[in-house]
This record gives sequence, C-alpha cells and structure tokens, in this order.
Amino acid sequence: MKTGAALLIDSLKEEGVKVIFGYPGGSVLPVYDELYDSDLRHILVRHEQAAVHAADGYARASGKVGVCLSTSGPGACNLVSGIATANMDSVPVVALTGQVPTGMLGNDAFQESDITGITMPVTKHNYLVKDAKEIKRVVSSAFHIAGTGRKGPVLIDLPKDVLTQAVDPKDVLSKDAELRGYKPTLKGHSRQIKKALDMIYEAKKPLVYAGGGVISSGASEELKEFAELFCIPVTTTLMGLGAIPCDHPLNLGMLGMHGTEYANYAVTECDLLIAVGARFDDRVTGNIKYFAPNAKIIHMDIDPAEIGKNVCPDVPIVGDAKLVLSELCKMAEKKGCFCEPWVKQVKTWRENHPLAIADDGKLHPQYVIRKLSEILDSGGIIVSEVGQNQMWAAQHYGFRRPRQWISSGGLGTMGFGFPAAIGACFAKPGETVVVIAGDGSFQMNIQELGTVAQYEVPLKMVILDNMYLGMVRQWQELFYDRRYSYTELPPVDFVGIAKAYGIKGMLVDSVKEVEPALRKAVDYEGPYLLDFRIEREENVFPMVPAGAAISEMIGKHCKNAGEP
Amino acid sequence: MNQHILSVLVENKSGVLARVSGLFSRRGFNIESLAVGTCETPDMSRITIVVDGDDTHIEQVKKQLNKLIDVIKITDITENEHVERELSLIKVHADPGIQRSEIMQVAGIFRANIIDVSQKALVLEITGDSEKILAIKDLLEPYGIIELVRTGRVALQRG
Repeated sequence: MKTGAALLIDSLKEEGVKVIFGYPGGSVLPVYDELYDSDLRHILVRHEQAAVHAADGYARASGKVGVCLSTSGPGACNLVSGIATANMDSVPVVALTGQVPTGMLGNDAFQESDITGITMPVTKHNYLVKDAKEIKRVVSSAFHIAGTGRKGPVLIDLPKDVLTQAVDPKDVLSKDAELRGYKPTLKGHSRQIKKALDMIYEAKKPLVYAGGGVISSGASEELKEFAELFCIPVTTTLMGLGAIPCDHPLNLGMLGMHGTEYANYAVTECDLLIAVGARFDDRVTGNIKYFAPNAKIIHMDIDPAEIGKNVCPDVPIVGDAKLVLSELCKMAEKKGCFCEPWVKQVKTWRENHPLAIADDGKLHPQYVIRKLSEILDSGGIIVSEVGQNQMWAAQHYGFRRPRQWISSGGLGTMGFGFPAAIGACFAKPGETVVVIAGDGSFQMNIQELGTVAQYEVPLKMVILDNMYLGMVRQWQELFYDRRYSYTELPPVDFVGIAKAYGIKGMLVDSVKEVEPALRKAVDYEGPYLLDFRIEREENVFPMVPAGAAISEMIGKHCKNAGEP
Repeated sequence: MNQHILSVLVENKSGVLARVSGLFSRRGFNIESLAVGTCETPDMSRITIVVDGDDTHIEQVKKQLNKLIDVIKITDITENEHVERELSLIKVHADPGIQRSEIMQVAGIFRANIIDVSQKALVLEITGDSEKILAIKDLLEPYGIIELVRTGRVALQRG
C-alpha cells in the first residue's frame, strides 16, 4: 500500500523533477513527511509567491517544467500572482497545493480556499484530486499539458485525506490518460507556408517580428537561418530578446513602447511583417491603427486564438515556431538578399539613431548595465524585476542566446525577478545569474534574502536605486505634470539588510566605482548585493506614449538619456 | 451582429460548466442562452450556447473555447440545417370563468400543455423556437404572468 503523498513524490520523480520550491503548512504535511526521506530537493522559500516565481525562473532558464508546493488557503492564494505571471508569459509550471480534507470541502473550513475556482482564469488547466488512485494520472497529464503546445501553468489541488489515503498499487490508475480535447497543432499547414513564401518573394521591405514563442519552442537557430536565407532584418519583443544574437547584423533589438528607434521605424515602413510567436501586445503595437500600416502580415503562432485576436493577418500559420520556420527554409526556392536597399535603409537608421547614454560624469543606470554586459561578455543569465530597471536591462544588455533573459513581460509582476533569479540559479548551477532590480521591486520580495543566505545561492543582486518607483514616477513626470503622488521611497540600507542575512554587499555611488564593484561581485563565489545609487530622475527613452503610433517616440536621439 | 448557435461537446466532469461560463465573462463575451446536459455517451456533455457577435467575435469565442482542455469539439451549427427547441413553463393568472377558457384556447392554438391547475393560476408548458415562446408570452401577458422560466435553446444539426 502507498499513500497519496508517496504516489505524488513517485510521480514527480517519474516526470524528471529534481527541485521543487515550497513552503510547508498543515494541509501538505503528508507531502513534507515524504519529502523528508526523499532525494527530491526542496528549497524552502520565505513566501509562497517566491516559490512560484522561483519555479517559473527555473522553467524559463532550463526549458523544463518548474514545480512549486504550498499549503491550502492562504498558501495557495499567495501563489496566484505567480501563476498568473507564468500564464501570461506561457511558462510551464506545475503548482501543487494542499487542500482541506474532501469531507470538509465547501464548509469554509480553517485554511480552505477554492483554489481551483480562483485560478481557473489564470491557469492553462487545473485539477482537484478526489481519490489518491488518480494522482499519477493527474500529475502526468498536468506535466504534459504544462509543457506542450502553448506552454502554461497547471495547478493540482490535493486534499489532505487524499494525501494520506492508502492505495493498493494495482488500483492506481495508469498514467497514460487520453486527453480527448487537447491536441495542439505543431506542424504548420504546407499550403499556408507556401503562401507565406510567395508573399516573402514579393516583398520589398520585409521584417521579422519575433516573440517569446521563438524562445519557448527553441526556434532560435531556425529563426537565424530563416532571416539569413532571405536577409530579412529581425526585431524582437521583450520576451523575444536573445532569440537572435545582439551583434547579429540583422538584429534590430526590441520594438515597441521602449524599443529602439530603428526597430520602430522599420515596423512603420515595412511592407511585410512576419510575426513569429508574438502576440501583438499593446506595449509592442502602440496605437494598433498605425502599427505596420503598409504591411501585409504573416502570423505564425502555436495558439490559434492568438491569430486574428489583435490584428487580422493575411497569412495565418498555426504551428510550433521551430517546425514552421524549418519547413519554411526547406520549402524556399529563391534565396539570397533580394531586398538590399531596404536592409541598407535599416542599417542607416541604426547608425543614425543609436541607443546612446549620457557622458556627464553622473551615475547612469544604462552605464551600469552596459558595464555588466561587458564584464560578462554578454553571457550569464540576466533576470529583471519590473519597471525602469527592466527596460534599461532590455535595451542595454547584449543578449546572445535564448533563455539568457528572464523577465515578467505579460503581467509585469513587481517582485518577480528576485525569486525567479533564485530559481534560475538552481536550474543552471554553473552560470553567473544576475538579478537587476529597482529599489521598489526588490523590496517586494526582499525576504528571499533569507533563501539566498540559507542555500548560499551564488546570485548577484544589482539594485538600480533611485529612491522612487521609477517607472510610475516617469509617467507622473511626463503625463501628470510632475505630481509625484506616492512614488517616492525613503533611502534603504540594502547593504546593511544583506549583511543582516550574512550576505556581502557594497554601496556604489560614483561612476568610477561601477566597474570594480561589478567585477568584485561577479568574481565572488557566493551571493553578492550591489546597491547603485543612480541618477534619481533618469528616464527610459525612447518612449512611445500610450495610444500613440510607435513611430511617435519621445526622448529620441537620446545622446543625453536623462533629458528628453 | 448575428446570433450563433454553438454546440460544444465537453467532458462530463465537475467544474466544466464553470470553466466555459467563466471564459465568457472574463473575455467579455455575452451569452444569450446556455443549456447543458449529458448526451449520447455518459462521459460527455453537450452545451448549447447561443451567443451574439460578428464573425471575428465568434471566431475568437470558438478559439478560446477550444483552448479549454475539457472541451472536446465545437460545432457552429448556425449556418447548417438544424433543429432547435426551447421549453418554457409559464404560470399565468387565471380566474375560473371566461378568462380561464380564453387562456386554454390560446394554449390549444400554440399546442401548449396545461400541466397544473389551481384556484387562481394555470401552468402552461410550451416547446418551440424562441419566437413561438415570445409570441405566447405576449398573448398571455394581459392576463398576468406570475412566473416564467425558460430552459435556453438546445439544437442539433439535421441528418
């Protein structure tokens, strides 16, 4: 006989799980008791929200499914922002929650919450297990659903009596459950691919717009091959950074609200936009009426519901980006750069409108990011928080490969970055992992310094400290007449806090200290915190005001990034 | 704006209806009518959803529904030949005498059944398309409709 909890641990091992992030509580004690003797590695976080973000960061860094565990009620509810974050960015996470015993379900028992009901809109799917015989089947289906098609989070709710229920192994339901309603389309329709090719041959100003789908399908090589085959410039979304190397001659960097000028000009001027694994998010398109106004659109996406949701494409292709792009390359007859004047034009834009930073002796955040990129030779894994720090990192770090950039794109969850970076450290133990945070976002999950200290996670923490909720302040400056309503934060002795946890750190408030401080942190074997006191009212430019066309940027030609 | 009838085959599990209806409210799709019950095989249910919207809107409704793991198949039967019915129970004020016999005549014309009689009221059962139900409702209104309940439309493709 085996208990439900033992079956759960067995199932997780069968799915290849090595690490889970969690926080114990009454309802999940049977699982914790099994974990005590298990060789599964459990990382004790300081808040359930951090557990799910860490599982998310683990998944994004490794490409595997991340797993988190919490108790019922408040523990489960604390997972919600993290589950929603993973859902918006299509990240495969399996969240395990304890639940009150089945007999008490619906009775408002102590620490009961209807977590399957609560998370229905923010999960790809969820389960309430009512019989321990189902556990293997449910876990296997959950991992399958989370990690295939358009990836996403799946929650499994486990009542305490199900976890303690003893089951005869011969009664355990086989794990090969048939999911009748779940058959993602992976292979693109060949007639559509042919149509797309014809359209590419006819184009004079084609542009690829690559999103997070390229990263999650592992299609980055295929994307490069496709772009090079026809010599088509590539711009990426925030989630697509790293899909093509930063120094690739066809790479235009990020487009959209804080995209490069040249990428936004290219989108506005192109006559064919090839969207790959991207969803025409409003932060990318600006006013959709003026987004790629002269272009025909090819839209490739694994999720049919994304096609036609925001824009109506001329050629829709449902399928996995890797398979569709490689099929496209295979079927191509005419090859070579047939739109040379366009590529030249894009190059001219790039030369004339670079992302520049001020050289006035003051400590600018962009400089910190560029120095970090230089020191790490554009390597390592960069995890950002949300806000100005995120946009500066996206703009100024040179990403060379997929899964090197981890950031909350769709939901924009402050407090995501720090725990996600802890997850990335466990996924990629040999890599240098750096979290770039603002002083506001770092304080949203600052308690995870405890986790970093306990497990000696060799994370490098870079705080771009302007004593403001920077991005909100920027909007208040630009659109609310500088009325800084509740966005000013008092100075915090982050180094002192780190020290209290036994973590080393350093305060940096001058340009000349930046490089040695970064080197010291990177060379140090354990965790290290750097608090950069940057220019307080630095802005992220260029910027497309909400509702404007993406060619209507403010803060252009930003030779002095601090002054629009 | 057209009215579409979607016949949605789903797993017969608890919570599936909540997933479907939750999706509609979350995405701002308005359900005109919804009827659900088990179907030819006990492990599946068929939901008939009537929804208003233009083609793009309906396309998005179908695609989003298709993403639900428990949804097995969606058929938009609006354009195909189909039969549809709705059942309604109407409790109407009916004093014994002329008023009562007039109501019974109306019921006869509409082939409605009188399924309950009391001192002051009759309960009529009527089956048909929505127009027929609205027509009898209009005719009965002057007598005083006390309560009315509709099942929502169910539909099947012909052939």
